[in-house]
Amino acid sequence: AEVEETLKRIQSHKGVIGTMVVNAEGIPIRTTLDNSTTVQYAGLLHQLTMKARSTVRDIDPQNDLTFLRIRSKKHEIMVAPDKEYLLIVIQNPCE
Amino acid sequence: MATRAQPGQLCLAGSGRAEALATGGAASAEGPGRPGPLRDETLGVVSVPSQWRGVQGIRGETKSCQTVSIATAEASAQTRKHADAQVQTEPPVPVGMPPGPRHDSPGLAAFLRRVEAMVIRELNKNWQSHAFDGFEVNWTEPQQTVTCLHTLSYPPAQGQGLHVTSVSWNSTGSVVACAYGRLDDGDWSTLKAFVCAWNLDRRGLNPRQPSAVVEVPSAVMCLAFHPTQPSHIAGGLYSGEVLVWDMSRPEDPLLWRTGLTDDTHTDPVYQVVWLPEPRYSYRFRVLSVATDGKVLLWQAAGPGQLQLTEGFALVVQQLPRNTKLKKPHRGETEVGTTAVAFSSFDPSLFVLGTEGGFPLKCSLAAEEAALTRTPSSVSLRAPAQFTFSPHGGPVYSVSCSPFHRNLFLSAGTDGHVHLYSMLQAQPLTSLQLSHKYLFAVRWSPVRPLVFAAASGEGDVQLFDLQKSSQKPTISIKQTQDESPVYCLEFNSQQTQLLAAGDAKGTVKVWQLSTEFTEQGPSETEDLEQLAAEVAT
Repeated sequence: AEVEETLKRIQSHKGVIGTMVVNAEGIPIRTTLDNSTTVQYAGLLHQLTMKARSTVRDIDPQNDLTFLRIRSKKHEIMVAPDKEYLLIVIQNPCE
Repeated sequence: MATRAQPGQLCLAGSGRAEALATGGAASAEGPGRPGPLRDETLGVVSVPSQWRGVQGIRGETKSCQTVSIATAEASAQTRKHADAQVQTEPPVPVGMPPGPRHDSPGLAAFLRRVEAMVIRELNKNWQSHAFDGFEVNWTEPQQTVTCLHTLSYPPAQGQGLHVTSVSWNSTGSVVACAYGRLDDGDWSTLKAFVCAWNLDRRGLNPRQPSAVVEVPSAVMCLAFHPTQPSHIAGGLYSGEVLVWDMSRPEDPLLWRTGLTDDTHTDPVYQVVWLPEPRYSYRFRVLSVATDGKVLLWQAAGPGQLQLTEGFALVVQQLPRNTKLKKPHRGETEVGTTAVAFSSFDPSLFVLGTEGGFPLKCSLAAEEAALTRTPSSVSLRAPAQFTFSPHGGPVYSVSCSPFHRNLFLSAGTDGHVHLYSMLQAQPLTSLQLSHKYLFAVRWSPVRPLVFAAASGEGDVQLFDLQKSSQKPTISIKQTQDESPVYCLEFNSQQTQLLAAGDAKGTVKVWQLSTEFTEQGPSETEDLEQLAAEVAT
């Protein structure tokens, strides 16, 4: 219930289109989007996050990735990584 | 029977005796002992009974045998049930969501607790940030300027002083066709006219030699390529006829024609468009509008013949009176129609441009009969539903927005472009783009806020309402001597191309710069906002 509450709070923010939680294998666990979109986002962003993390650590082994933001023409995608899960939030940029 | 052979008497002796017996007294005269003449003799029957059976004894037994009767039986069989099954592969379902138990691992809750604050902070920051406003990335080499790719012409037509009255792109976007005719002499003429087509993708394109030429007996006023058949093209003539050609058959291109019947337009046909049939979206009919006030729908019927299937007539008395128009004359006065555009959202809704200068909102589903006495094989109906406030002169072109159901543009002889909403009579904006006439206006098929207009001063003007709602973003000189540009069309397949035809008989194909072909970030919203500026 706490999980749902938290996701609801995030989802209710301005401009948020979708929120999802992905586990370490890139498999979605929670989502507010439809199935196929979720699977696509989860798989691709999991890969990208892993790549981003290894890039950061390759540059400086003492460093680590804490947050990933992707700005596109239509959306802003935010990824909060962790050892077990990724939280992905898709937002419309400001009006 | 008369004689009986006596046992022991053999042939010779017997015969003598028998002779004696038989002949009796008659033979006695010759005396006995004399051999008599040969006589018939009959011997008795000797029967010798067979002893064999008797010895053997009769030991017959009667036996009978018969095969067992062959059993036959009839049986019929029939399957009572049958089942049809169809199999189709579905797109592979990607490794799905775990549907199962949603056990909340404590780790998940803890993770969300950890990241929530940060995510919400970023969401808020992002919502308020203007850091990326107006920022655009150029991933591809942008086309900075509008350039002329091809200058196409057909010298024999230019030699006759013909104008390019209409251009059209085919369904693949690689062929551009133009119609040669005259817009300015306003009289019947015996001058030959032409329809020419160039395939721009063909190697060795000769801009002065079309890949297909069709000779037409009367000036061609308008053209429209079939929406799906790349080689079929419909044209409307000055004489009122509507024809359909197949440009892939240069020796015999004419497919169908209306002929000159009671149904045919009596005035020049100003625009033709293809319409899908209501129930068969792959079959198309041709709709034509003319200055005789009729809007006619044609369908191919039989070899070579276009038949009228539906018709509409516009009469001043029947126009919706929501706008003040000039007082009509007595009797029925037809409203000459010069342009038509169909809504991209409602297949039965269309806008007509009229000689009176007022655009009309019309519907194919209209039921009311038109007040007209002109003979026709089908009953003509009155399509008008709404009258918009007029231009200062005849409207030459209308165009419905491909991105918004309520917006359309009109352009006319007053040099103004009006942007109307279907919901109100007054235009949303009115822009003077020319001091002479405007002959054509078209929305961009890719950019919601861009349209192009062809002016009587020889310019093709591209308007980006996002950049400026007052003056054109770019004005291209199509003709050097300011002779008018009569027609223009965007290419909906190769969206960077725009074709425009002018009074010098040339068609120029322009390559648009990237700013006119790539949709900006909030363009659709801006268009919505524009449409919402309806006076309340």
